[in-house]
Amino acid sequence: MGISIAKDIKNDMEMMRAAYCNTLIEIADKDKRVVVLDADLMKSMGMIPFLKAHPSRTFNCGVQEANMIGVACGLSATGKVPFAHTFGPFATRRCFDQIFLSAAYARLNIRITGSDPGITAAYNGGTHMPFEDMGLMRCIPGATLIEPTDCVMLKDLLWQIKDMYGVFYIRIQRKEPKMIYKPGSVFTIGKGIVLKDGADVTLIASGLLVSDALEAARLLEEKGVSARVVNMFTWKPVDRELIEKCAAETGAIVTVENHNIINGLGSAVAEVIAENKPVPMERIGSQDRFGEVGNVDYLKKAFNMTADDIAKAARKVVRRKIGE
Amino acid sequence: MTEYNKEELERFAANIRLKTLGAITKRGFGHVGGAMSIADVLAALYGYVMRIDPKNPSWEERDWLVCSKGHAGPALYAALAIKGYFDEKVLDTLNRGGTILPSHCDRNKTPGIDMTTGSLGQGISTAIGVALGNRLDNKDNYTYLILGDGELNEGQIWEGAMFANHFKLDNLIVFVDYNKQQLDGYTKDIMDIGDIGAKFAAFGWDVIKVDGHNPAAICDAVKEAKSAAGKPSVIILDTFKGRGCTFAEGLLDNHHMVVSEEQGRTAMDAVRQKLSELE
Repeated sequence: MGISIAKDIKNDMEMMRAAYCNTLIEIADKDKRVVVLDADLMKSMGMIPFLKAHPSRTFNCGVQEANMIGVACGLSATGKVPFAHTFGPFATRRCFDQIFLSAAYARLNIRITGSDPGITAAYNGGTHMPFEDMGLMRCIPGATLIEPTDCVMLKDLLWQIKDMYGVFYIRIQRKEPKMIYKPGSVFTIGKGIVLKDGADVTLIASGLLVSDALEAARLLEEKGVSARVVNMFTWKPVDRELIEKCAAETGAIVTVENHNIINGLGSAVAEVIAENKPVPMERIGSQDRFGEVGNVDYLKKAFNMTADDIAKAARKVVRRKIGE
Repeated sequence: MTEYNKEELERFAANIRLKTLGAITKRGFGHVGGAMSIADVLAALYGYVMRIDPKNPSWEERDWLVCSKGHAGPALYAALAIKGYFDEKVLDTLNRGGTILPSHCDRNKTPGIDMTTGSLGQGISTAIGVALGNRLDNKDNYTYLILGDGELNEGQIWEGAMFANHFKLDNLIVFVDYNKQQLDGYTKDIMDIGDIGAKFAAFGWDVIKVDGHNPAAICDAVKEAKSAAGKPSVIILDTFKGRGCTFAEGLLDNHHMVVSEEQGRTAMDAVRQKLSELE
C-alpha cells in the first residue's frame, strides 16, 4: 500500500488530537507495553478517553515536564513503550537536558509529542510558540524528528513508531489539519513525498504549511512557473536523496516551515544542498523572531508564511537561478 | 533472606574503598570524596540488601540501583567488580580512552550499571520510572536510588519527591548521602538545604536516619523502609565526604582531587590496616 493524495485539499473532519488519542487507545489495546504520560495537559490534548480506556497505563505527571521525561526513560528501561506529551516548548526546551542525557545518551526508548507547533500556538502567544523545538531536538544524536501532516499520516506513523527504538519527537497541531492524504496511505519515515511535480523550483514544506505550499504552486502555475511540491515530514534523518534530486532537476529550492529558519527544515535542506548540489535557495519560516498572539491567519501573514509569500520567494529564487 | 554478617559487610566496604582508591590512584585524579562516602551503603546493598545475579546483570527480577550522583561511579565499579560483574583488572582502566568505566555511570558501558547518570537530579525521575514499570509488571523487586546532598539543590529532585508520593511508590527506596559538602564547599554555605528529613516528610515520605558508615545499620534501615507500605522511603545516610581516605577525609576540597602515587599508597595502606583489624 502506497501513498494516495486527496484530490481536493479540505479541512479534515477529525481533529489531530482525536486521531492521536484514538490511535494510541488502539495501539495500547494491542500492545501492553505502551504507556502514556502527560504534564497536566491531558484535557487540552483530548486524552481523557485514553485515561478511561487504560487508567493503569496513564501517568499524569502534573506540571513536571523534566520529571516526566525522566520517568518515561525509567519506564522504557523496564521494557515499556512510553508516549509523553506536552506543548512543544515545554516538551523540548523545558527538559532538553533530560531528553539529551536520560533518554538519548542513555540509549533509552521514548516518544515525545510536542503539540501546538509554531503559529498554531495562536492565542497562547510568544511564550508558548515553539519555533525552536525541532532545532533543539535536531542537535540530539540519533533522534528522529517528524511532523505528521494530517490525521492519516499521524495514525500510520504512530503505529510504526510504536515498534521502533530510540528517541522520537512528534510535532503535531491539535486542531483540524488540512487533509492531504487519503485514508490507508502508508508512509516511510525518512522519505519525503512529492505531492506535485514541477520543473522550475521545488517547494519543500512541512506540517501546517504543506497546504499553503500547494496553493503557492497553483498561484505560480498561473504565472507560468512550474513548481514541484515536496512534503518533508521527517526532519531528521532528512531525505538527502530526494533533496539532491530536486536540486538537480529543478535547480532552485524554497523551504517552507512553521519554525525558525535557523536549525529547522531550511537549515537541514541547506546543509544537504551546500554539501552536494548547491543551487539558489530561499527559506520561508520565522526569521529568527519570537512568537506573538493572534489567530493562525494573522500569524501566517505576520511571519510571512502565506501562499503569496511562498510564491514570491519561489519567483525570487527562480530569478536568481536564471541570473536575472 | 539470611541474616547479614556485620564484619563481612565492613570488610566489603573496606575492599570497595581499597579498590576505588587503587583505580583513582592509577588514573591520578578522580571524584574521591563522594565515592568514599558511599562505600558503606554500597557494601550494604551489594553485600546483603539487593537481589542480584552478577552473571546476569539484566535479570528481570533483580533489584535496580540508580546512582544519581553519577560521579561516584568509581566506588560502584569497585563493588561490581568485587561481586564479579566484570574482572577486577578492568578497574585499572578507569576513565581512560575506550574504557567501560567512565567517570560517570553509563548503563551502556558497564555490566551492572542500571542507569546512565551524571547530570544531577535526573536519577530520581529515571528511578521512579523503573519502579513504576516494575510495579506495572507486578514484580516484587525494589528500586534503590542514591542521591547526593548537594544534588538536592536540583528542582527535579522535588518534582520526583512529589511524584513518588503521589503514585505511592513503596518499591522505591532512596538514600541521601548526607556528607554536608558539595563541590564548592559546605552545603550550609553554598546552598543550605536545611532539614532534609523534614522536607521529604513534608512530601509524604517515610524518613529514616542512620549512620551512613555502618553497613549493618543501613541493612536494618532498609528492612524498616520496606515495612512502610503505600509510600516511598528515604534513608538519610549521615556520612563524611572522603570517609576512610587519609588524604581526603576532613578536607573541604575533596570533591575531585589529583592523587599522587604516594598519597594513594598511604591511603590504601591505611585501608589494608583496617581490613586486617576486621579479619
